[in-house]
Amino acid sequence: MTATAVRGIGVPVKRKEDPRFIRGKGTYVDDIKLPGMLFMDIVRSPYAHARIKRIDVSKALAMPGVIDVITGEELAKANLAWMPTLMGDRQMVLPTDRVVYYAQEVAAVIATDRYTAADAVLAVEVEYEPLPPVLNPFEALKPDAPLVRPDREQKSNHIWHWEAGDKEKTDRVFQEAEVVVAQDLYIPRIHVASIETCGCVANYDPATDKLTIWMTSQAPHAHRTVFSLVTGIPEHKIRIISPDIGGGFGGKVPVYPGYVIATYATLKHKKPIKWIEDRSENLQADSFARDYHIHAELAATRDGKIRGLRVHVVADHGAFDAAANPSRFPAGLFSVCTGSYDMEAAHIQVDGVYTTKPPGGVAYRCSFRVTEAVHTIERMVDILADELGMDPAEIRFKNFIQPHQFPYKSPTGWEYDSGNYPAALQKALDMIGYQELRREQAERRARGELMGIGISTFTEIVGAGPSHTFDILGIKMFDSAEIRVHPTGAVIVRIGVQTQGQGHETTFAQIVAEELGIPVEYITVEHGDTDTAPYGLGTYASRSTPTAGAATAVAARKIREKARLIAAHLLEVSPDDLEWKDYAFRVKGAPDRYKTMQEIAFAAYTNFPLGLEPGLEAECYYDPPNLTFPFGAYVCVVDIDRGTGQVKIREFLAVDDCGTIINPMIVEGQIHGGLTMGMAPALFEEIVYDENGTMLTGTFMDYLLPTAVETPHWKTAKTVTPSPHHPLGAKGVGESPTIGAPPAIVNAVVDALSHLGVRHIDIPITPAKVYRILQEKGVAE
Amino acid sequence: METLPIQVTVNSRTYTAEVEPRLLLVHFLRDVLNLTGTHIGCDTTSCGACTVLWNGRPVKSCTVFAVQVDGGEILTVEGLERDGQLHPVQEGFWEEHGLQCGFCTPGMMMTAVALLNENPDPTEEEIRKAISGNLCRCTGYVNIVKAIQYAARKLREGATVHVGGA
Repeated sequence: MTATAVRGIGVPVKRKEDPRFIRGKGTYVDDIKLPGMLFMDIVRSPYAHARIKRIDVSKALAMPGVIDVITGEELAKANLAWMPTLMGDRQMVLPTDRVVYYAQEVAAVIATDRYTAADAVLAVEVEYEPLPPVLNPFEALKPDAPLVRPDREQKSNHIWHWEAGDKEKTDRVFQEAEVVVAQDLYIPRIHVASIETCGCVANYDPATDKLTIWMTSQAPHAHRTVFSLVTGIPEHKIRIISPDIGGGFGGKVPVYPGYVIATYATLKHKKPIKWIEDRSENLQADSFARDYHIHAELAATRDGKIRGLRVHVVADHGAFDAAANPSRFPAGLFSVCTGSYDMEAAHIQVDGVYTTKPPGGVAYRCSFRVTEAVHTIERMVDILADELGMDPAEIRFKNFIQPHQFPYKSPTGWEYDSGNYPAALQKALDMIGYQELRREQAERRARGELMGIGISTFTEIVGAGPSHTFDILGIKMFDSAEIRVHPTGAVIVRIGVQTQGQGHETTFAQIVAEELGIPVEYITVEHGDTDTAPYGLGTYASRSTPTAGAATAVAARKIREKARLIAAHLLEVSPDDLEWKDYAFRVKGAPDRYKTMQEIAFAAYTNFPLGLEPGLEAECYYDPPNLTFPFGAYVCVVDIDRGTGQVKIREFLAVDDCGTIINPMIVEGQIHGGLTMGMAPALFEEIVYDENGTMLTGTFMDYLLPTAVETPHWKTAKTVTPSPHHPLGAKGVGESPTIGAPPAIVNAVVDALSHLGVRHIDIPITPAKVYRILQEKGVAE
Repeated sequence: METLPIQVTVNSRTYTAEVEPRLLLVHFLRDVLNLTGTHIGCDTTSCGACTVLWNGRPVKSCTVFAVQVDGGEILTVEGLERDGQLHPVQEGFWEEHGLQCGFCTPGMMMTAVALLNENPDPTEEEIRKAISGNLCRCTGYVNIVKAIQYAARKLREGATVHVGGA
């Protein structure tokens, strides 16, 4: 078998999932149609904060085609009015007495078709007594602030306080420091807005006493466990199927009230119930990301050596703490905010706060607050460079963790596995022609033109995670793979993670192809069905390749070890006399005597050595020894229009290092998409509420996703620094560009305006915001 | 609810149906004809996931009533492949990794087909402008542009395709 035939690791294999998608034959949740299926639609609150005085469902119920209207009062009788969140808080499924955010679920209508259900939503009469909204987390922390969550024992809007690092040492470093810079940064609330919204088809079959839920889920097994705990239905009687998922980006990790109500409805009516959000419901009520109010300080020597970082964050989590962070990390992995730089000390504090907004702090192609961390340090380093009159590239080279320092213990306790930061930045600067750009900038500036160059040299932290530290609701964050080699040498692989477009059906097949020497076209990868796939925590936080990818490699290697015994039997030699080379077991010293995996597989069922268990299967539950730390060096060049304030990205180069690359085509695609989702909040996207807490950005006409016109032609390059602890050396890549891009863009815009005394601009950097600055500085045209 | 009779040709096959006047074309295609390749991504004619060709012109089928297309011809993603032969646009999306989750893909491809019918040799800028009514959250558009360029090349080289619907 040759590498050309196998098409294993490192080959840009065309995706195995594409033939169904390009034919319109994917199966997304809304494509599922069952006999007798009913439709659910949801009545939502027009107030951010109100007491519910009365719900009158009589008019809705009288409409032809309306089967039922479900309220919180009814759910309360079934003990389902509240559900646990993945962060150990609890969340209303349907309210019994009050609503705590705009567009909150208030009641659910069940009808024979979706149009009737939508009509009936309008016929449900709800009488509210408005209460004062709590929209600003700083106001929420004041003692006289209205209480968002009177159901809690603790009678304040403060959720938790979390710290990392060494306070005393950090304070000492700041006292001694020659230079200290400080900055407030706000990273606004944003929404993942995957093009497919969320929804489910819940079907309880009384004949088999089995509940099946097709669901837009990034974590079907975890959701099955939650559903079992919430409903009391034994876990083997629940089957969750994630069919094709139209983008996730973390927005399909939480359990939404709609899923639970649809499940209750199918149990009650014994008919399939379909619930599909429309776009406004999705944008208004599903989980949000960011909303981080950051105060950061950097201490340094006068010649630019960073000594310490001190950060305090007030995090707006909305009305329920429904994020999906590992339980010991309510602020996610934010404490990785010392970034790519070696420093003596850091101290990080985060306070989580309730407000009358939908659950926040969840995800936007980064689940664990790494985007916020990278934004903080990459902005602060530029601010320090500005303070000291240093070039932003120079200050980074001066402070990088050096290649020989890995594994590197960060001041907040992380052990970075591997990296070569200077090499990545040097490559980026050389490729983009940094010195030439600086010269051009000086010339343009002399002519009054506004051009900026921004750098971001980020360190990502993914692959959660090792069981000693990482769990969600107590479930350790391992992941899994199960491989069966059939007699003819064809293979089925089942994994515990769940693709939403990342191409798992291809990359995981390539891993097995590489490890077993079986051509990739003979390998099928399945996932997303809890009845068949092994238990796993799902796909988010760039964890699939670091965890389930490792599990797949290890399971394949278990198969290979058994195959060695069978090959030895077939070749009539001792197993020790064999070596795995060029995709076959070969007799040492006589490489022409060999057995391929295909021959061995047939023998595993037809001619296995006496005493050996027949068959050729293996599984692995992989508990990663550490996280992985991908990194990158990004350079962004912008031009600013003095007449409109418009920022145009002229050029953007991303040098990424995600360790070993399994499929370079897919990795490049992930980077393109991630960069676009990094640019989006940097320049366009922001969720906005008015003073009443009404959301103003509930459609794609107000919440601006980048189109092909605004998106630049991304340029990508790579360095490869394998992870020393991952079986394949792979690190994960999906989120790197989304965390690395925003500061590169902001740094470029600020750089374009730095000679006017501009040191920081909060995102999104809209034309209006820039134009106001140009006016203030007297350079607007 | 009052219904109206319509006759519409979808992917070269003629259907007659009684539909509510308010039934959207996208729901007619998906729920009545079971052609679920056309997707719904928003309610405001913004995302383009539901794009189909109506008498050869791309329209967002969430903003067209089924009764409006009475007597017309519709081409959906399911009608692109002919006699087991992928349309060059489909081929291009596969070859150039122009899709990830696949949800926007059918609408994106229909817009591309309409563009190439009108302009067989578009520049990158023309392609980007043509697909600016179709949102993709996964790919960052670079490979979608390449996919459409691939299809344009293939079509210019004289691939025999029947694009139908017009």
